Amino acid sequence: MAKVLMKGNEALAEAAIQAGCRHYFGYPITPQNEVTAYMAKRMPEVGGVFLQAESEVSAINMVYGAGGAGARVLITSSSPGISLMQEGISYIAGAEVPCVIANIMRGGPGLGGIQPSQSDYFQATKGGGHGDYKLIVLAPSTIQEMAELVQQAFHIADKYRNPVMILGDGMLGQMMEPVDFDILKKEENKIEEKPWATTGKGTRNKRNIINSLELDPQILEKHNIEIFKKYQKAAKEEVRYEMTNCEEAEIILVAYGTIARVAKNAIEIAKRENIKVGLIRPISLWPFPEEPFKKTKDHVKAYLTIEMSMGQMIEDVKIAVNGQKEVYFYGRVGGMVPEPMAILEEIKKIRGKK
Amino acid sequence: MEERIIFAGFGGQGIMSMGLIMSYAGMMDGKNVSWLPSYGPEMRGGTANCHVTISDEPVGSPIINEATVVVAMNRPSLEKYEQDIVKGGLLLINSSLITIEHKRRDIEVYRIPTNDIANQLGNLKVANSIMIGVLMGLKNMISEAAIKISFGKVFEGKENLIPLNIKAYERGKEFISSISSQLVAR
Repeated sequence: MAKVLMKGNEALAEAAIQAGCRHYFGYPITPQNEVTAYMAKRMPEVGGVFLQAESEVSAINMVYGAGGAGARVLITSSSPGISLMQEGISYIAGAEVPCVIANIMRGGPGLGGIQPSQSDYFQATKGGGHGDYKLIVLAPSTIQEMAELVQQAFHIADKYRNPVMILGDGMLGQMMEPVDFDILKKEENKIEEKPWATTGKGTRNKRNIINSLELDPQILEKHNIEIFKKYQKAAKEEVRYEMTNCEEAEIILVAYGTIARVAKNAIEIAKRENIKVGLIRPISLWPFPEEPFKKTKDHVKAYLTIEMSMGQMIEDVKIAVNGQKEVYFYGRVGGMVPEPMAILEEIKKIRGKK
Repeated sequence: MEERIIFAGFGGQGIMSMGLIMSYAGMMDGKNVSWLPSYGPEMRGGTANCHVTISDEPVGSPIINEATVVVAMNRPSLEKYEQDIVKGGLLLINSSLITIEHKRRDIEVYRIPTNDIANQLGNLKVANSIMIGVLMGLKNMISEAAIKISFGKVFEGKENLIPLNIKAYERGKEFISSISSQLVAR
């Protein structure tokens, strides 16, 4: 298959199918409707299940069921829809069921708007639902990377028996770029045996049970500790990031997803004015990459976090920098997107300090 | 080479298709491309635009703040995007619908009566393909062969429309070559 021109939403859907996903549950919401439309057409062609539920609450519980039976299952939505799913996501994490959830973010709070946003960073990386759990969160910045990360997401979900979230914004969902599905790693699409899945007793000597209720506090505490051992392993093995022009940078921008691309434009403009600017682009938002900050905080003057939010990822940047350098913030919200020239202005302001 | 093109007009003028034709063609020529549509509560008659980047390098921001080309198919588009063109950039105006003058004096401007030419061809809807022809006549950013294949891609399932659109495309190119020869004659 040669390169194809695809919307981010379509690439997301196709990548899932190529990763062996045959179960999709969802409920329409802009700006991710192309996933639903693509799955409605494509799933019957590959013998899969496409089901539009009566609501997001219902859809996420179908995911719980299908994932529990060992299927590779995908659910997608946008901000308000993801909020509706939080109870189910907590149950799924508690019951240790793998699944992939994609949030193609739009502006909030409340019903908000339909233009791109990154204001669900906290919800995605800090829990979102109740209880002590984490999602592994991956943030693509190109359509090619969308396809690659979706495939990795299924693999990671199975590896840790935990939900994995793809976090993109409306722009990434709506825009088209060439995608080459041939370079995707095929071994990650192999589905391993899931002896824990509720597929009927068969020849096993006891029934498999998937459940998130545990009334004995001693057992529940042990369960929590076991889950966190998985998270410690993920924190070592699933960190992903990209660094651009960081070696000699005076100021380093920190941005993820499409905004990292806007940041790259700002770096180019800054170069014309002989200002050395670098970029740290976290690809895994949880686990958050601390390594690139360790590598750079000795020589850099300051970090500038750029987001389509009022300042959410900046908290993780500050934890990583640990007070050793200044961390500044620039953001636009409500569907507005930071412009490269505005970022350059912020860079100049920081240079002027002290 | 990097061209950053904003196509703008109202819903129904084939604005998104113009961007798609150029994007497909760019991809087939081995370029890096991105196509970013405006999306929202839009409909026939509402405003529509798309940002297309065609580049030898990986595409940075898909949003175009400094356009090398703006194609304005209606008046609000001209008023909105004229200011975003880089110095020395190109502005194509659909003069069938835009009667006001442009303001910039540091850019290259062509006024093309695309709706009138389309009507002569018997279908108003091919005004967009005429404009693609004009753009290709002025800027040698992608190959002729890729553009032709691209028309087939974008009109997949509506193959009966391809010959007329190709004809409209050729007419757009002719329009530009006739203007340039007039300029030479002067």
